[in-house]
Amino acid sequence: MAQHDGDDLTAAGTELDTLTHRHVSVGTAVAVPSGAFTNPGTPPDRIRATDLDPRKDKTAERRVGGLFLLSIAASIFAIVAYIIFPIIPGNLSSVRLNNMLLGVGISLALISIGLGSIYWAKNLMKDGEWEEHRHPTRGSEETRAAAVEVFRLGNEESGFGRRTLIRNSLIGALVVSPLPAVVMFRDLAPAADPVALLKKTVWDKNVRLMRDPSNTPIKASDVTLGSVFHVIPETLADSPDFLEEKAKAAVLLMRLKPEDLHVSPERKDWNYQGIIAYSKICTHVGCPVALAEQHTHHLLCPCHQSQFDISHEAKVIFGPAKRPLPQLPITVDAEGYLIARSDFHEPVGPSFWERS
Amino acid sequence: MRTHSSTDARRRQAGRRHPLASIALITIGLLSTGGAYALLTTTASADAPAASQASISEGQKIFASNCATCHGMSASGTADGPSLYGVGAASVDFQMGTGRMPLAYQGPQGEQKPPQFTQEQIDAVAMYIASLAPGPGIPDQKWLNGDGNIAKGGEVFRINCAMCHNVAGAGGALTEGKFAPSLSGVEARHVYEAMVTGPQNMPVFNDTNLTPQDKADIISFLKFQQDNASPGGVDLGSLGPVSEGLFIWIFGLGAVIGVTIWITARPN
Repeated sequence: MAQHDGDDLTAAGTELDTLTHRHVSVGTAVAVPSGAFTNPGTPPDRIRATDLDPRKDKTAERRVGGLFLLSIAASIFAIVAYIIFPIIPGNLSSVRLNNMLLGVGISLALISIGLGSIYWAKNLMKDGEWEEHRHPTRGSEETRAAAVEVFRLGNEESGFGRRTLIRNSLIGALVVSPLPAVVMFRDLAPAADPVALLKKTVWDKNVRLMRDPSNTPIKASDVTLGSVFHVIPETLADSPDFLEEKAKAAVLLMRLKPEDLHVSPERKDWNYQGIIAYSKICTHVGCPVALAEQHTHHLLCPCHQSQFDISHEAKVIFGPAKRPLPQLPITVDAEGYLIARSDFHEPVGPSFWERS
Repeated sequence: MRTHSSTDARRRQAGRRHPLASIALITIGLLSTGGAYALLTTTASADAPAASQASISEGQKIFASNCATCHGMSASGTADGPSLYGVGAASVDFQMGTGRMPLAYQGPQGEQKPPQFTQEQIDAVAMYIASLAPGPGIPDQKWLNGDGNIAKGGEVFRINCAMCHNVAGAGGALTEGKFAPSLSGVEARHVYEAMVTGPQNMPVFNDTNLTPQDKADIISFLKFQQDNASPGGVDLGSLGPVSEGLFIWIFGLGAVIGVTIWITARPN
């Protein structure tokens, strides 16, 4: 094989020599009546300025060398800058300066190598076109016979084909060995029924509404007209899956004038003197909806501009959301703190197949 | 006293205290320290400048000639403007101090512009409005120094403010042409007053929702963010994917196209 390669390389080399000086005439193509495509051959070589003028050739050479020298300088600059402007712990602007100078140095060093190489290839390297034939991929007859012999000998010496018990039991063992992985893959699925998890949040009867993040209870009198509170359930702190549960249970608490509220009969005791609580999770794809406007009563989702009208039980007035935000029924306890009457009456967040 | 008793009996006689004197002294002491404490800790209920009858009538004159067209001669509101009973001095100081009032035109929302009145005139109108009905007053300077807990302020800001004003306080769009303005360069007292009064469509964040200390922490967080450059490099206005995407589409892809053309172009 090595001999073969050497032959090819020499052949290619000689071919290059002859081809660069060859002149191909363009006007010799003959129209064949069958309409078959004829090989137009390689186009004539374009002579570059650097091929004709030795001074331009020298200038281009200096430019390439200059770019590579610039790369060296930039690499050294990056090292020096890294040492002179170190990262001082606790000082964020030192991180910024250090990273910036390091990045400028390294990227200048790399891009100079790239630009120099391309400039070199375009202006100085030989740019004529020539043909190189591929090596044949089929091995020689001797190589092929030797390979067959290796397999025949292996089979004979190991007895793989003769000792059928060993052969068949090995095949069986290999087939069965991936099965434990299949059992493990099964555990990637949720352990419990995911539909049940999506349908329920930690809100429940008599759970207090707490401020996020201070986790302090809220008196109804604290919620003055036009206020917006960001609310989490009191029992959230005890939940083992804090973040998962918070992602479902986050609530926005607002107070409107009671006469501004349009309450349907079955929800008439869900608000407390104009204080209303709605899920903060958008029914489109679950972004937190909390851009509340005090006077227009619009609630805007920042992700896809769904708008909900808080005065009309959070019905969708614009955007891709299809369902109103679920309302949390609330009231006050004996001490005047706001509590939930129950969990949400429908699943929070985006729609899913099994949602009724 | 005892050392002088033999030489100056008459003065000792005159210096004798009434038996109730010490009790009176303690009472006066307790009342004055308690009163001073109460005065100093009152956050935003008392007007900072003492309200005098002269400045209230001065404020009423300014109000009648500049604000009454929309808010009514008695500040009780018209179809063009809300009632100002109970909005307090803080609301007047915010709206006039940031130039939002008087309104340039009826639009989606009143926009910030150079203040149209001097601070004395604004204070006078604030006193007049505060004299009509009690409301939130000018915030105490001690909450405005920006020396609060920056980390806590950042957390409270991200939960309560960032959804509208952007996580870096750069502002953002709301519905139907309204927007939450950028908070960079806004005076600390205007930030505080906005939280207390809920100007225009901003919700109210009263002292039971965000305590004065929470508000001071938020102000400190905003101050820190303005004073310290982004450690991640140029922040492009902190507008997130909008400005960053625009930059990379125009300059990043532009550079890629330019280099591609250069690589494939034939040399001279």
